Amino acid sequence: SANEMLPCDMVLLSTSDPTGVAYILTINLDGESNLKTRYAKQETLARTPEKDKISGLIKCEKPNRNIYGFHANMEIDGKRVSLGPSNIVLRGCVLKNTAWAVGVAVYAGRETKAMLNSSGAPSKRSRLETLMNREIIILSFFLVSLCSVVSVCAGIWLRRHRDELDYMPFYRRKDFSEEKVDNYNYNGWGMEIFFTFLMSVIVFQIMIPIALYISMELVRIGQAYFMIRDSQMYDEASNSRFQCRALNINEDLGQIKYVFSDKTGTLTENKMEFECASIWGVDYSGAKASFQGNQVGYSIQVDEQVWRPKMKVRVDPDLVRLSKSGKKTDEGKRVHDFFLALAACNTIVPIVTATSDSAVKLIDYQGESPDEQALVYAAAAYGFMLVERTSGHIVIDVQGERQRYNVLGLHEFDSDRKRMSVILGCPDKSVKVFVKGADTSMFTVIDKSLNLEIVHATEAHLHSYSSMGLRTLVVGMRGLSASEFEQWQSSYETASTALIGRAALLRKVANSVENNLSILGASGIEDKLQQGVPESIESLRMAGIKVWVLTGDKQETAISIGYSSKLLTSKMTQIVINNNSKQSCRKSLEDGLIMSKKLVTVPVATNSTQGTSGDFTSPVALVIDGTSLVYILDTELEEQLFHLASRCNVVLCCRVAPLQKAGIVALVKNRTDDMTLAIGDGANDVSMIQMADVGIGISGQEGRQAVMASDFAMGQFRFLVPLLFVHGHWNYQRIAYMILYNFYRNAVFVFVLFWYVLFTSFTLTTAITEWSSVLYSVIYTSLPTIVVGILDKDLSRMTLLKYPQLYEAGQRQESYNPKLFWLTMMDTLWQSIAVFFASLFVYWESTIDMSSIGDLWTLAVVILVNLHLAMDVVRWTWPSHASIWGSIIATCICVIVIDAVPTLPGYWSIIELAKTELFWFSLLGIVVAALIPRFVVKIFAQYCRPCDIQIAREVEKFGNFRDLRGAEIEMNPIFDHPRR
Amino acid sequence: MDVDGESTSAVATEARLIPVLSGRSKAMYQFTQQSLPACKPVLTPAWVITTFFLVGALFIPIGLVSLHASHSVVEIVDRYDSECVPDLFKSNKVEYIKDMSIHKNCSRHLKVHKHMKAPIFIYYQLDNYYQNHRRYVKSRSDRQLLHGLQHNDTSSCTPEESSNGLPIVPCGLIAWSLFNDTYSFSRGTHKLRVNRKNIAWKSDRNHKFGKQVYPFNFQNGTLIGGGKLDPNIPLSDQEDLIVWMRTAALPSFRKLYGRIEDDLNVDDVVVVNLLNNYNTYSFGGTKELVLSTSSWLGGRNNFLGMAYTSVGFSSILVAFIFLLLHVRNPSLNIRAVC
Repeated sequence: SANEMLPCDMVLLSTSDPTGVAYILTINLDGESNLKTRYAKQETLARTPEKDKISGLIKCEKPNRNIYGFHANMEIDGKRVSLGPSNIVLRGCVLKNTAWAVGVAVYAGRETKAMLNSSGAPSKRSRLETLMNREIIILSFFLVSLCSVVSVCAGIWLRRHRDELDYMPFYRRKDFSEEKVDNYNYNGWGMEIFFTFLMSVIVFQIMIPIALYISMELVRIGQAYFMIRDSQMYDEASNSRFQCRALNINEDLGQIKYVFSDKTGTLTENKMEFECASIWGVDYSGAKASFQGNQVGYSIQVDEQVWRPKMKVRVDPDLVRLSKSGKKTDEGKRVHDFFLALAACNTIVPIVTATSDSAVKLIDYQGESPDEQALVYAAAAYGFMLVERTSGHIVIDVQGERQRYNVLGLHEFDSDRKRMSVILGCPDKSVKVFVKGADTSMFTVIDKSLNLEIVHATEAHLHSYSSMGLRTLVVGMRGLSASEFEQWQSSYETASTALIGRAALLRKVANSVENNLSILGASGIEDKLQQGVPESIESLRMAGIKVWVLTGDKQETAISIGYSSKLLTSKMTQIVINNNSKQSCRKSLEDGLIMSKKLVTVPVATNSTQGTSGDFTSPVALVIDGTSLVYILDTELEEQLFHLASRCNVVLCCRVAPLQKAGIVALVKNRTDDMTLAIGDGANDVSMIQMADVGIGISGQEGRQAVMASDFAMGQFRFLVPLLFVHGHWNYQRIAYMILYNFYRNAVFVFVLFWYVLFTSFTLTTAITEWSSVLYSVIYTSLPTIVVGILDKDLSRMTLLKYPQLYEAGQRQESYNPKLFWLTMMDTLWQSIAVFFASLFVYWESTIDMSSIGDLWTLAVVILVNLHLAMDVVRWTWPSHASIWGSIIATCICVIVIDAVPTLPGYWSIIELAKTELFWFSLLGIVVAALIPRFVVKIFAQYCRPCDIQIAREVEKFGNFRDLRGAEIEMNPIFDHPRR
Repeated sequence: MDVDGESTSAVATEARLIPVLSGRSKAMYQFTQQSLPACKPVLTPAWVITTFFLVGALFIPIGLVSLHASHSVVEIVDRYDSECVPDLFKSNKVEYIKDMSIHKNCSRHLKVHKHMKAPIFIYYQLDNYYQNHRRYVKSRSDRQLLHGLQHNDTSSCTPEESSNGLPIVPCGLIAWSLFNDTYSFSRGTHKLRVNRKNIAWKSDRNHKFGKQVYPFNFQNGTLIGGGKLDPNIPLSDQEDLIVWMRTAALPSFRKLYGRIEDDLNVDDVVVVNLLNNYNTYSFGGTKELVLSTSSWLGGRNNFLGMAYTSVGFSSILVAFIFLLLHVRNPSLNIRAVC
């Protein structure tokens, strides 16, 4: 029954409506928020199951994912009735405006189309983490080889000294304390090697930075906190903050290459608004200028109640005055007809809903087309309020006066005619036909002989409207003479009862009546884009991100949104793929490929894709619809589609089912290394959101499913820009640096241990106390990397937003790649050598004891590691100062405390050591010598081959206009390599 | 590397967004919007060149001073482990050293090349002796050293934990293998004054080795590892043991034996009478006697001075290369502006 969600897919048998119509809301399936109609079959609609039994057999196809298709037949009373997509109501739909509906469940549970269209939530892991795991495997190879070296050397040593081991004072294999002289703690040569290996694994295990995983989690929590608290991603309208639902893919936001966006509710606000009208050649677009908040809106009195439309429309004061003036003037008459056409020529159902104030009722216009809704709301605002609609008549309240019009016939919109018409019997007994439709189709049927200048004026207005990104419709009318009407009526009746070719016949009838129209005017409707969408898309494109729009909308709608959101420009060449079979798809793909090659090869040669200008010489846009995708996805044509799509600057997919969205995401994801991001707001975007590397949900009007499935949720599409360019960039830089630094930090410690083992006859003695080894990654060095990982910013927010090209550093994996890893490891090796061998040579043949040299190494390594970090910190804030210098101080305190325990061998050694000048000079020398190569390399790299980030950083600091220019020239231009 | 102006401008723009903010909430706002006041140093050529020159200017003098200090140290090293074995036993040194009946007296003549000012430190140096061997360093009980027999748990001391069923104080391999060569020094006819006190750290004597702990059952086993201890002297006064128990970090190490408190002049001949008791023959270790003066930097070691000078010179070199690059190609990028 009404307003309930259906739990299964069912074939309608009968509804509360005598004609067997059920209105459903499919927002959970395809994201469209208008009402759709479903019909029960003639054969069953009269029967109510309470009264009489229906017995029949439904044969339907196997459960599949196609939500726009259904083929079945029903045997009832010996008759065979065919069932189509208009007879089935799918799970997840909500019944509206229909008191009850009875149906037979055909698919239930997991077999419903909605369930088949939802893919299981995959666990996501960030790209960086995957790469990091590869590096960790390399590190474990290091670990194993270090251990092997130690155990092999230990074996050789034992072998060479095998005759001496019994009495060697520092080995003493023999134990004489018992009566029986026995081997003490010795398990034979082979076992000793084995145990050495195991022990070395224990000693060197810090090589694998387990703590890194913990610190990464902490850093991500910190980053998430800052993303959530960012006031620039706070949506005031819905009072919603940014939400971080997944904690482990923050850094992926910095590497996005493809953005897949839903249209409805994501790019647009899902609100159509009547913006302007051209009536009888006069442009009324003052609505924009009129003050919005102060208007009461039009309302009517019905039985002491005030009825007003649910949505308010901005109105043009001149037009209001004209419409109020009635039919007295010629102008007024035209305006009257125009709004009558808007109010009548549609399939909108008005629903009166109560409000908290019992005296006020709201009229909600429900219908399939949001454009029509906007038009009817507009008409209502100008005093032509549609109050009631049944199949036979409509009631329109014209300036407070209720008028009843008989609907004699209705020619529905179809994509061939691109117009619809309604034949009305007016209260004054005249019969009029009102037609509205797309400009191209309307001008062919308008009688130009009458008012040529008006037609031209209207055309000019239409052009200016569409260039503003408005959706335009042309309205025309004509009166029908009695003979004409009779002629039409008879043919209409024949056509609508015809069994074969009914649609074609009806079209023919419609064409016969829709001609010689006199033009009334044109309307401009704004499909309201969300705030900042065109700018955001522009920025995303400049950052080298490819934006694909996947929508369930009609092709025309999708294209018009493409224009208004600056995704498509008039300069672009459109390749439209819109086919019904595999062969024709293949054909058009091949054609498209040839065409794109022709168009794309030219600009590659000249390569004029300059930095910030962002205009592509010959851009190509691909428009493809869901039906074609059925034949392309999961077949060998996928490959071709990918080639074609990767050549195109823009890809628009319309009429796509939820799973097709995921299929397209998978198409790109599986064929490239590039990161994909999907953004959507409806339940139909869930599978796409889950499929993409990063899924973003818009917490808009369309329910919570998308948000629940997403990794991040936010209020508006435009927040994508700060999210990616600012937070994504920062997160990527931070985590990437942090991983490398943690590898280095642990490896340098392990290498110092390792070098020492080579000088202890390979017996895993550690001069550094066990306590220090444990505390090393807990206290001595952990905090600075976390603080820097959360707080350091390579560039300011302003710079990052100003130069979207800086985002490409993440796409190019500039901050974390195998080359950097190996460089870091070389640096690590050098630093450990500097620490160990410098002190070895300084203290060779000296009285230094083990704990003292261990303390020296502890301090040297900790200071080194923290200074290394300090060298790479870009922005010094007080937390970074506190953590870095605080860690060094904490280390000193810890070392002193450990050395203050008399029962440890190293009692007081740090104090005794600190009394000698040699210690301080070695410490200084070690730290400087260890860091110099890194510093030199860093400076030469910055000086000779500065990266974009480096340049931008200097611009930020010293920049003036001249410098900005200089920097831009050095920035790498955008290349659109189709990478595989 | 100065504090940038960006933070202030950012603060200004944000202050415009949120007009009224108290100090605390402003700080919170800055924190959450990640716009804390910050210093962002950029490595400009001027900074880099100055830094390298400064490193050079600091390190070269330090290096030269340490080299000078190292050279001012006079050191006499005499390896005596093979020379002190009679010719008869040259082929079987281990048997010689193990034979308790043979006298281990040996005398060495050391010539002084350079004036040596008192105090002259006497070290014994052992090479190829892994006092840092894991088995070895573990075999001690620091609690027993402090508390004596009151501390019963000496399991860490194996295999020198107990002997003849009685616990050993001090237990463990380290104490067991106490170095026991002795030296006495004379110049001409009269003995040199040798001070054997204060060779161990004061902290060790006072807090680490018990004042009431006396050696017990020490070196009573079947295998004698090294020196014996006077059971009437508490561990805190057994300075040779305390020095020995500070296990050396590296396989080639020196340990302090005492100090000669007379100056030695050029061409003096110091006669060393030593008892060559300690067995390093069984594992190919060597023994040396070292007489060395001391400088402010410690003993003779050129490495630190060399390292400092080379680091200093190389940073000067880098500074010059960078200066050259900068002068020759100032328009390399926008850094030229600064």
